[in-house]
Amino acid sequence: MKCVTCRGPAIIDIRRHNSNFCAEHFLEQCQRQVRKAIDEFEMFTPDDKILVAVSGGKDSLAIWDLLVDLGYNVDGLYIGLGIGEYSDTSLDYARAYAQTRNLHLVEVDVPSTFGFDIPNGSRAAKRVPCSACGLSKRHLFDEEAIKGGYDVLVTGHNLDDEAAVLFGNTLHWHTEYLGRQLPVLPAREGFPKKVKPLVRLAERETAAYCIVKGIDYLVDECPMAAGNKHLSYKSALNEIEAMSPGAKHSFYFGFLDRAAAFFEVEASIDREGLGACASCGAPTTSEICAFCRLVVRAGGQLPDQTGVSAVPVDLGPTRTGSVQ
Amino acid sequence: MQVKVRLHNPRRDLEIEGPITIINLLARLDLNREAVLVVRDGELVPGDESLSDADSIEIRPVISGGAS
Ligand code: SF4
Ligand SMILES: [Zn+2]
Ligand SMILES: [Zn+2]
Repeated sequence: MKCVTCRGPAIIDIRRHNSNFCAEHFLEQCQRQVRKAIDEFEMFTPDDKILVAVSGGKDSLAIWDLLVDLGYNVDGLYIGLGIGEYSDTSLDYARAYAQTRNLHLVEVDVPSTFGFDIPNGSRAAKRVPCSACGLSKRHLFDEEAIKGGYDVLVTGHNLDDEAAVLFGNTLHWHTEYLGRQLPVLPAREGFPKKVKPLVRLAERETAAYCIVKGIDYLVDECPMAAGNKHLSYKSALNEIEAMSPGAKHSFYFGFLDRAAAFFEVEASIDREGLGACASCGAPTTSEICAFCRLVVRAGGQLPDQTGVSAVPVDLGPTRTGSVQ
Repeated sequence: MQVKVRLHNPRRDLEIEGPITIINLLARLDLNREAVLVVRDGELVPGDESLSDADSIEIRPVISGGAS
């Protein structure tokens, strides 16, 4: 195997590009793909203040590293979800990376701030762990991005993630979600602009990027993930990809080019009639937002006392201010 | 001596008779090449490389879980 750029010995093959790369030219290829996504979808500029959601896994550390190397101004945001040892270790990886590169990491700990953790809280609230977790993360990402005055929130969703979510939404014809599955969601009242600069890179490439760059990331899977549908969609797509390299890319980018617009109207109806959550101020169609309802049902406490919580609340020093 | 292979999720160790190429090893273990990387001493090993009996490698899954 020879590098397509320099003909030196290659370390990785990327079958959908029909190319092999040496370490140096593989890193260049990753940068090129990220830069292309940023430009093509007008994600942000070097003047923007960027917040990247960091989990300690390969994708979020890779995108943080890529953006810093490309000269952007990026802080990290870590959300502690109280998933036992997994959360402790993932925080160590996020902190270690931030420290080696001298970067700022914002940390929010769900158990000490809201009084519940994902494994127990999701059980109490009768929700699937990943759904309670996803809801909490999305809410806290938005809140921290707005609170910190960031222009844009970056997440580490890669091509496999987007293709798998698209696969699930198509399989069940969740048309209300299809119009929103875009690499850029513009800012609107109470929500930051959200972007996914890794959409042109597959998971295998983000993991390889970390290995080649010597970035230590948490390899072990979250214990809550086992058996979830997202993983089965990913392996189904990888079966297809193995027989037909490029299938995931054309599925997702073909959707963006030729289909997403058909679902825009439905997605925008969904965004109308938003008011402010009576508890935290986040945008919501109900009186209390989905996250604050989850906190109460999970047996936790809301940091701002509004009478929503049944339990007397000890207001921790960790949270001030709300999104309005 | 055999090729030492470490696998994850669940973590386990195997020994396989060498020499064998990475591509053949993955096929033998029924692993999809899109879903793993092979690492030796912290470095990526390309698919056409042949492993010999003294090698010790890690097959690292690259697929991560949560749908959010
Ligand atoms: S696998 Fe599920 S529970 Fe675990 S971090 Fe991801 S979304 Fe949260
Ligand atoms: Zn090269
Ligand atoms: Zn709320």
